[in-house]
Amino acid sequence: MIEWFTYAQVGIAVVAGLICVVLGLLGRPPQDLTMGSALLIEVLLLVQLIVSLAAPAFGNNPTGSLLEFYLYLVSAIILLPLAGVWALIERNRWSTVILGVACLSIAIMVYRMDEIWLAELA
Amino acid sequence: MVTNSSSRAVGVGRLLIAVYAILALGATARSFVQIVERFDEAPLAYTLSAVSAVVYIVATAALILPGRAWYLVAWITICFELVGVLVVGTLSITHPELFAHASVWSHFGRGYVFVPLVIPVLGLAWLWVRRPSAVARKLAA
Repeated sequence: MIEWFTYAQVGIAVVAGLICVVLGLLGRPPQDLTMGSALLIEVLLLVQLIVSLAAPAFGNNPTGSLLEFYLYLVSAIILLPLAGVWALIERNRWSTVILGVACLSIAIMVYRMDEIWLAELA
Repeated sequence: MVTNSSSRAVGVGRLLIAVYAILALGATARSFVQIVERFDEAPLAYTLSAVSAVVYIVATAALILPGRAWYLVAWITICFELVGVLVVGTLSITHPELFAHASVWSHFGRGYVFVPLVIPVLGLAWLWVRRPSAVARKLAA
C-alpha cells in the first residue's frame, strides 16, 4: 500500500460518509452527490486493488497477513455496490444514511488494511 | 404507505440491519483468517470469535426475516451479543492473559469503534418498539 493514497482514501470515505449520514438524517433520498461520492470511493478501492496486486513487484511487501488484507479489500469492494443497490430499491432517507454508514465502514476497513500492510509486526 | 406488519425491514430498522450485516461481515472475515492462520495460538479466543461471527450472521437474518419465530431469534441473538460484549469486555480488562489475542468483543468492541457495544442496545430497543403487540395496536388504531 502507498501511505498517502491510503490516507486520501480514508479521508474521502470519512467525509463522504459523514455527508451522507447528515443528508440522510435531514431527510434527503439518494441523489447525485451521495451516490456519486460512493461511486468515487468504489473507484478508489478498485485502484487500491491494482496497487496492492502490483506492489510486491516494486519491492513493497506487506508485513501482515495477505489473506486478511485481501479479505478486507474484497469485502470493501462488494460492500459499496450492495449498499448502493439497497439504497436504490427503497429511495428514502435511510438509504442515504445506510450509504453513509457503508462509506464510514470502508474508511475503517482501509485503515485496517493499511495497518496490516505497513505496520503489522506479529 | 402500507407496511407489512411482520416485516422489520422498514425505516430505521433498515439501518440497524445494515450495521449488523457489516458487523457480521467484518467478524466473519476476521474469524476466518484467525482460524485458518493461527488457531493454535489462542484456540479459546478464536473459537469465541467464530461463535460471535455466527451469532451476528443469525442476528442479521433474524432482523430481516418476518414472523414471530425470527423475532424471538433476534431477541435471543442480540441478548447473547450484549452479554458477550459485556462479559468479554470486562474479562479482557481484568484478566488480559485470557484474551491476549483480539476478538470482536475485546475491550467492549474497541477494535470496531465500540459498535459491538452500542448496537445490541439499539437493537433491543428497536425490537421492543416493534414488538408484535405494539405493532398490532398501531395497526388497529
